Amino acid sequence: MAEQKRIDQPTGTETVGHEWDGIEELNTPLPRWWLWTFYATIVFAIGYVVVYPALPGLTGATKGVFGWSSRGALAETMEAEGARKAPILSAIAVTPIEQLPAKPELMNAAVQGGAAAFRTHCVQCHGSGASGSKGYPNLNDDDWLWGGDLKTLEYTITHGIRNPDEAETRNSLMPAFGHDGILTAPQVQDTVSFVRVISGQEKQSASSRRGAALFEANCAVCHGPQGKGMREFGAPNLTDGIWLYGGDRETLTQTINNSRRGVMPAWRGHLSPTTIKMLAAYVHSRGGGEATPPPAPVETAQAEGGAAPAAAPAN
Amino acid sequence: MNSMNDITDSPLGVYQKRKAVFPKQVDGPFRRFKWLVMAVTLTIYWVTPWIRWDRGPHAPDQAVLIDLANRRFFMFSIEIWPHEFYYVAGLLIMAGVGLFLVTSAVGRAWCGYACPQTVWTDLFQHVERFLDGDRNAQIRLDRAPWTASKVWKRMRKWAVWLLISFATGGAWIFYFADAPTLQHAFWTGQAPFVAYGTTFVLTMTTFILGGFMREQVCIYMCPWPRIQAAMTDEKSLIVTYKHWRGEPRSHGKKRAASDEAHFGDCIDCLQCVQVCPTGIDIREGPQIGCITCALCIDACDKVMDQIDRPRGLIDYATELDCEREMRGEAPVPAIRRLLRPRTLVYFGLWCAIGVAMLFALGTRARIDIAANADRNPEYVRLSDGSIRNAWLIKLRNMENRPREMTIALEGLPGARMWKESDTRESAARSITVEVPADQVLKEHIYVVAPAAGSAREDFAFTVQAGGDGGEKARDAESFVRPEESE
Repeated sequence: MAEQKRIDQPTGTETVGHEWDGIEELNTPLPRWWLWTFYATIVFAIGYVVVYPALPGLTGATKGVFGWSSRGALAETMEAEGARKAPILSAIAVTPIEQLPAKPELMNAAVQGGAAAFRTHCVQCHGSGASGSKGYPNLNDDDWLWGGDLKTLEYTITHGIRNPDEAETRNSLMPAFGHDGILTAPQVQDTVSFVRVISGQEKQSASSRRGAALFEANCAVCHGPQGKGMREFGAPNLTDGIWLYGGDRETLTQTINNSRRGVMPAWRGHLSPTTIKMLAAYVHSRGGGEATPPPAPVETAQAEGGAAPAAAPAN
Repeated sequence: MNSMNDITDSPLGVYQKRKAVFPKQVDGPFRRFKWLVMAVTLTIYWVTPWIRWDRGPHAPDQAVLIDLANRRFFMFSIEIWPHEFYYVAGLLIMAGVGLFLVTSAVGRAWCGYACPQTVWTDLFQHVERFLDGDRNAQIRLDRAPWTASKVWKRMRKWAVWLLISFATGGAWIFYFADAPTLQHAFWTGQAPFVAYGTTFVLTMTTFILGGFMREQVCIYMCPWPRIQAAMTDEKSLIVTYKHWRGEPRSHGKKRAASDEAHFGDCIDCLQCVQVCPTGIDIREGPQIGCITCALCIDACDKVMDQIDRPRGLIDYATELDCEREMRGEAPVPAIRRLLRPRTLVYFGLWCAIGVAMLFALGTRARIDIAANADRNPEYVRLSDGSIRNAWLIKLRNMENRPREMTIALEGLPGARMWKESDTRESAARSITVEVPADQVLKEHIYVVAPAAGSAREDFAFTVQAGGDGGEKARDAESFVRPEESE
């Protein structure tokens, strides 16, 4: 290896002195602007380390001379946002929910806030458009098991449905007629026939006529003599076009045999009362919400059957 | 040391230093026409924002206003909404086709007379001549050392240029806000930052482009000279030096009468070069630097008068006419040159767009309905088995008075609708609402229809202002039902 530097004739460039097998390395320095840019990045990097949190330690990174951190910046933004929203949130908090619609500004804010909370906590079961799915109620329609006015919605969200840890939860316990041996398999089929007749899916038959008597004896106590449901017990209207689990023979057979025990969490404790209020406002705004009934919690067409004085036990 | 130096230092350098141009004062019909165009265009530019136009209490009173904040464009009695932006697009297309038309007919007339770069450069050059004297004085001053007198003269010139530039940049912002209000806010320091920023940027660009870059903009920065080559042909009127008449050149006025047969009319006085704002020699033939301002024609005609030769050695002429003239034939009248397929096609196109736009403008509706279907969920089955769809409906009232509008369903038998704020009991085939003046009203609307029907049934929302015979608009939509299998 020759260590002597020399000028390479064809290019006129100095060599660095390395030579291997007749191949020499030319000394082509970087452009000066490139070098200065490189030095500038080093200076910048040092400055960055001084100013911002950068070097990791055992208990955390260095703080930087201004104490700035992205987490701190986020906290600041959140705090400012909280302060911005505080007046309207406290106004919503002190306003009884049935009075919200009279204050459009509050109602609008509640619907917006409820929509945000819904996207976080409710879409998993009820879907992003609140249209539910099999076993999870569609919140856009006009069929409510427990009632669809603001106050009722707020109660349902607060206490949940069949929540074992909640004393005041919505609870309806339909017996598992087949499983518990209350009805025989043919009797269940007859009852299914009757339900499909009153919901307009089948014509009268001998089976359905036998089912009518079974329904009268076993089901009318909750679903009403005409099968129109009763909100006091969360008993669905069996004559309308909406089925939570399905209105075909197979599904109805399963339902009567085994009962359905859908559970919704009680959001009290997880969400603030204000958030729950806003959620109720949002759900109400989805198009299926009902007006707050004047004194008696009885709805018009829905509860005609249920209005009959059926003093049945709650379960 | 490095190879970059080798390239820039070599005679094959890629960059040439600008040669200063000192155009000489000239007088003549084209110069006077240029003054006229300059006066008209600058007046339009500076005066337009200050024209008032009474539009009543619901709209601004400025005749021409681009109201970005409220997304409206006002032009005298015409008001353009954002969704009608195609009118502006149509105007831009007309401007483009118009430029093609003018170019194919009379060459780069836009460049020579009406282009803002030309107008402002011309204005700056006149200031320069007024303060520093004509061409020779300017050259002397340019070469003079930096004495106090030269510094003073430069400062004086730049100050006037800056003043004009400021007036230019400052006028632009008045097109975007109420001019008197903004003017007051501007001088009291209360105008928005964007007003000061725009004024500053436009002041500096005017100062630099009009004062220092001048012909560099026309030759190097502007794409139009490259494009215009596609617009002109042998029948376009362009500034032409008639070399068969001028060559060979004689030097000096004293052309021996006996030599008349030998020498052409050009006496190489260089007047055409000295008056040229881009510093070119038109005698070298058509070239990219020529903006066809025709000042060289004015200069040459004057010289031809002096040496008692016919005018028009440099002239507006078509290439075909030049050939005819060379052969000794009479030129074709200019009007026949202008009326040819290419110009007629451009003109026809231009008129067609204009007429179509005028027709659209004259018959356009001042109400509009835009329905946006809520597709999450696509449909909702109600307890009575009927199907409900939802729409967000936007009603535009583009007049300066509140109007009652009736939304109705067209098609979709058995369907009824209601506003979100109402209840289903109030459902009907039509809904009447009041839309405030010059506003868009948004309504969330539910439509309920019987379950029987196709999975996607076409219908339309119609809206009518006032009673029967009022303005109408419609928006075709589809009603969605569950598929049979469900």
